[in-house]
Amino acid sequence: MTKIIVLIAGLALIGFIIWWFFGKHEVATGTATVANNHQDIDIEVKGGYSPEEVVLEHGVPATLHFTRKDASSCLDHVVFSDFGINQALPQDKQVAVEIDTSKPGEYTWACGMDMFHGKVIIK
Amino acid sequence: MKITTRFWVSLILSLPMLIEMILMPFTNFMLPGGHWTMVALTTAVMLISARPFVTSAWASFQKHHSNMDTLVAIGTATAYIYSIYAMLTDKAVFFESAAFVITFVLLGQVLEEKMRDNASDAIEKLVNLQAKEAEVQRDGQFVKIPLADIVAGDLIRVKPGQKVAVDGTIVEGTSTIDESMVTGESMPVSKAAGDKVIGATINSNGTFVFKAEKVGNDTMLAQIVELVKKAQNSHAPIQNLTDKVSDIFVPVVLIIAIATFLIWYVFLGTSVADALIFAVSVMVIACPCALGLATPTALMVGTGRGAKMGILIKNGEVLEAVNDVKTVVFDKTGTITVGKPAVTDVIGDIHQIIPVAAGLEESSEHPLAAAIMTYAKAQNIAATPVEAFKAIEGKGVQAQVNGQKAFVGNDKLLEDVEISADLKTNMLKLQNEAKTVVFVGLDNQVIGLIAIQDAPKATSKEAMAALHARGLKTVMLTGDNQRVAESIAKQVGIDEVIADVLPADKADHIKHLQHSGAVAFVGDGINDAPALTTANVGIAMGSGTDIAIDSGGIVLIKNDLRDVDTALALSKKTFNRIKLNLFWAFIYNVLGIPVAAGLFYGLGLTLSPEIAGLAMAFSSLSVVTSSVLLGKSKITAHTATI
Repeated sequence: MTKIIVLIAGLALIGFIIWWFFGKHEVATGTATVANNHQDIDIEVKGGYSPEEVVLEHGVPATLHFTRKDASSCLDHVVFSDFGINQALPQDKQVAVEIDTSKPGEYTWACGMDMFHGKVIIK
Repeated sequence: MKITTRFWVSLILSLPMLIEMILMPFTNFMLPGGHWTMVALTTAVMLISARPFVTSAWASFQKHHSNMDTLVAIGTATAYIYSIYAMLTDKAVFFESAAFVITFVLLGQVLEEKMRDNASDAIEKLVNLQAKEAEVQRDGQFVKIPLADIVAGDLIRVKPGQKVAVDGTIVEGTSTIDESMVTGESMPVSKAAGDKVIGATINSNGTFVFKAEKVGNDTMLAQIVELVKKAQNSHAPIQNLTDKVSDIFVPVVLIIAIATFLIWYVFLGTSVADALIFAVSVMVIACPCALGLATPTALMVGTGRGAKMGILIKNGEVLEAVNDVKTVVFDKTGTITVGKPAVTDVIGDIHQIIPVAAGLEESSEHPLAAAIMTYAKAQNIAATPVEAFKAIEGKGVQAQVNGQKAFVGNDKLLEDVEISADLKTNMLKLQNEAKTVVFVGLDNQVIGLIAIQDAPKATSKEAMAALHARGLKTVMLTGDNQRVAESIAKQVGIDEVIADVLPADKADHIKHLQHSGAVAFVGDGINDAPALTTANVGIAMGSGTDIAIDSGGIVLIKNDLRDVDTALALSKKTFNRIKLNLFWAFIYNVLGIPVAAGLFYGLGLTLSPEIAGLAMAFSSLSVVTSSVLLGKSKITAHTATI
């Protein structure tokens, strides 16, 4: 009897994992605030990036302010392969990353180990 | 808390348990306090060293993400919590597993962090090459000012041993300059007024003054740094595979771990403890980090190493493309040849011909005139003064020399003057060697011939031989006429010649060649840009135009064709290293997970969680180490052996 309960619980857990990680879930999107012809947005790095998608205005210089609040070494760098940026993120310190918004498009960023991803959309 | 601190804390706290584990089979040694000591030590490890894993795992869980921390956190927490339950109910405990796994994983991370810094220091080294200050002329005086204050147009004095601050042209003085740090060229280069100097190179013996032309982000060094940065962080297509894997990796491993537990406990009837150990081992050995690190670290080291040798590989795509190249196509002028016509032969009395020719050509602007002037200068022959200089359209130039009519020109001049039969045979012979023949005459009589040719670079022949040794086909693509092209091709040993090509058609010829395999194109001019883009791999000569450099996937700063071979060798080596890394990363998981799950239990092959932790730590470490070693390995360019 115990074994059947354990089996059911285990299978339920597997189902939950599939739903939780592979199901469709909304992604946090943020829009930068524009002031004095410059746009800024804060991004919190904790078990991923929030927001994960950043919408920037085309042609307005932009700065993303990353703050890593996670001790994981997985997240200690942020890499924008399209812009040649590989920025170290010391824990609990705000780090500014300048983004060239001269070309509209979607640019992804990733952590140093390419496990976590985020996206900049320049419109 | 820093990873290093966390590692030392967990190591020190785990040591007593390690000693007990080793000594127990021989001496029955038990820690004073028994299980309670273990609980205390492990709890401390979990609270101090393992907590960041748990917080990070929880934070990503909330965002529907998972990472290595998820596996470590769940694996060790399972072992820890079960052990507390087991202790209270008087069953076998395995506290030490949790503590050891944490220690080993942290050890792996500490070492890996060191290696990663090692892999990425190429950029820093490049930036550090920059001079910090320079002696700049201000108000007629040379004063020391910081690099950032230099503007284009400044006159800068460089003394022996000093670094050239920015890019510019020498206006006064001569010296030899060590440019190896930027171009990779090991021989010092002599420079005089009018020659270009590059920022960050080192002046060796003379003092000179140069005019700053490019400062700040425009200098060659700054551009190289920018290129290398982009290359090091670029995405290689082969990574798309790992991107897909890494997205699903951790959840899949969790599912396998649960399935492992269920199969052992429910279907095979083992104890809860044994089934849990298998499940924990599965979670701990699976290492997504090794997969994620395999490509970027190798790319970083490979491109950084290239930059040191004067070979800029722009991104990971180029690296992959190089592997399939079957044909290498070369532009002629400026790529295979020097790009500057030079005097190759003088027929007749050199001391009679050259002064006259030089005197006449001094006032001419024709490119061939420059060749004659350079030759005269090199031979230390002074030009005879001339009067009544006159250019004869399409034929040459004429003037009065010592009261006699003198002329220099092409064969169209021959209609009016006499030429000996001997000179005529020589002329034909030279023309058959695809040289341009110029006639020098005095008083209606041809006194000698000067043959001019855009000669191949000294290293071109060697470069072709190296590519042939690599099994590649070489092709020359040029707008020049067939005879000249073929003669040059013969001299350097090129397989095929496509001559009389209009600049606009170069790209079409590349497309045509692509029918029989991937093509690399080497060129330098504006007219080469479409071909550079069309080819699978575009290789631009560093001396070339900015447009060519922008269009190329690989830039050879040294302008030495032998670097084509080195670039191909380096690209292949880097790409192979990426493949090797990925292979090991996959093998770890493909073999490790079934073993950890107890699939080979029947054969007596199992993995305890702590061994799994050690294996996991070393999987990512070995991948990074393998990448760092790429920076030290020998690049087997074929040129070295010829």
